Amino acid sequence: MASRKNVFSIILKVFVYLAMGVTVLSLAGILSYILVNGVKTFKWSLIFGKFSSQNPSMSFAIVTTCVTIFLTLLMAAPLSVFCAVYLTEYAKRGSKIVRYVRLATETLAGIPSIVFGLFGAIFFGTVLGFGYSILTGCFTVAIMLLPVIIRQTEEAIKAVPDLYREGSYGLGASKLRTVFKIVVPSAAPGIVSAIILSMGRIIGETAALIFTLGSVAQLPGSLLDSSRTLAVHMYIATRDGGAAGREVAFLTGTVLVFIIFLMNVAASYIGGKVGKDFEN
Amino acid sequence: MNLHYGAFHALHNVNLGIDENEITAFIGPSGCGKSTLLKSLNRMNDLVQTCRITGKITLDGEDIYGNIDVNMLRKRMGMVFQKPNPFPMSIYDNVAYGPRTHGIKKKSELDRIVEESLKNAAIWDEVKDRLKKSALAVSGGQQQRLCIARALAVKPEVLLLDEPTSALDPISTVKIEDLLLELRERYTIVIVTHNMGQAARISDKTAFFLHGEIVESGLTMDIFSNPSDRKTEDYITGRFG
Ligand SMILES: Nc1ncnc2c1ncn2[C@@H]1O[C@H](COP(=O)(O)OP(=O)(O)OP(=O)(O)O)[C@@H](O)[C@H]1O
Ligand SMILES: [Mg+2]
Repeated sequence: MASRKNVFSIILKVFVYLAMGVTVLSLAGILSYILVNGVKTFKWSLIFGKFSSQNPSMSFAIVTTCVTIFLTLLMAAPLSVFCAVYLTEYAKRGSKIVRYVRLATETLAGIPSIVFGLFGAIFFGTVLGFGYSILTGCFTVAIMLLPVIIRQTEEAIKAVPDLYREGSYGLGASKLRTVFKIVVPSAAPGIVSAIILSMGRIIGETAALIFTLGSVAQLPGSLLDSSRTLAVHMYIATRDGGAAGREVAFLTGTVLVFIIFLMNVAASYIGGKVGKDFEN
Repeated sequence: MNLHYGAFHALHNVNLGIDENEITAFIGPSGCGKSTLLKSLNRMNDLVQTCRITGKITLDGEDIYGNIDVNMLRKRMGMVFQKPNPFPMSIYDNVAYGPRTHGIKKKSELDRIVEESLKNAAIWDEVKDRLKKSALAVSGGQQQRLCIARALAVKPEVLLLDEPTSALDPISTVKIEDLLLELRERYTIVIVTHNMGQAARISDKTAFFLHGEIVESGLTMDIFSNPSDRKTEDYITGRFG
């Protein structure tokens, strides 16, 4: 009997190692494949140069990506954080409105982004008349991100111990002060990481943006212009560009990897700063 | 007064007077309702949704469950909790939180209050070089004294202390006891304690709780030397509880 148990534990062990190996290898494989192919075609002019048919530079897409991230977060982050504060601190626990909002956020979180894209194109693009533009794209992605940030902020706020709230009330602080001076700052590291995560979602988004922000290869002159984010640029280049397009796509992928790396470094730096005074 | 948590009757017909500039000790076995009564004195029980209170609690003749400003009431009744609960911010900001809440903004004024409160709570010497460091980085006993300093910083009239020394070493305990004896001149103090010696040493009046009732209350001297109830005697001599 003992030996059978032993065999089982060996099999389990092998399986665990195998699973880890496959995961690490495939991640490393993808990453190095992109990087190797990206570096092969690397030229500064392809990244920062002016876009033309001779020099299919991605500089405009970098600008568009940054603008899109910034504007989308500007719309989505404050709204979702306040919404989460309301749901956790102000609404009665288990009340109807909380249950409906929860149902709504859960449903919204599960809807494929292309559906949001379609909705955004019709509502912001056609009904409100913004057409294919950065504004339409940002509104759409912001709506898509609301449930994500709300849920994670809620979790972060719920993790703040009641002892802090009691301490604040015990000193005669109002509810407003308790919530915004004690509870939200204590939850800040969680809220920041929720926002960073949603930055990743914006960078990676294609389906919703093709319908709304469009795919014109140009440096946008205003928020009402169409353009491409890097991810969309990559998609269009692969689809339409033949062999040369694939090279552009790999280089774009390399740049994306690099940006995400930078973002993570920045995130852990900010997270560390925010968390220094308010660590749990 | 009576107090219920949902269907649970936590305090039965409690009737107690607490005198000014005296230390009143609440003693009794775990779960008998000492913290519950203490928390109803500054309406911290308002935060518990199931909590229901009947009867009357007055402060200087005013019904505290009547038409009053709860935040002002809590400012007048400083509270130190059973578990140390410094906020996750710097030591300075912890102590300054209360005064800032009540509108003091001037840096020099805050500095003065912070220093005075920390000195009063006998912790100034240990933290004066790291006021800007996180309050969570100090020991549990220091955290508790910090919480006392934080409570003192709002200049309360009454101090409600829930087992303030249960997490402290004997030396800090003595410091806190001396501090309370000193503060008695200016404050009215209510202290929950499991330490009979402490109750005997510092309190003027004692109330003995059992199963949500006050079995006996009166001068500490009388209760400890000559308890009129058998259960009180058993408890303070350590025969049960
Ligand atoms: N928020 C609450 N909801 C429901 N019941 C509660 C709540 N707080 C306390 N109780 C109950 O009320 C009773 C009295 O609790 P309380 O905390 O006042 O005891 P205590 O005398 O302070 O005990 P200890 O010495 O352990 O601190 C206990 O039976 C407890 O289970
Ligand atoms: Mg207690």
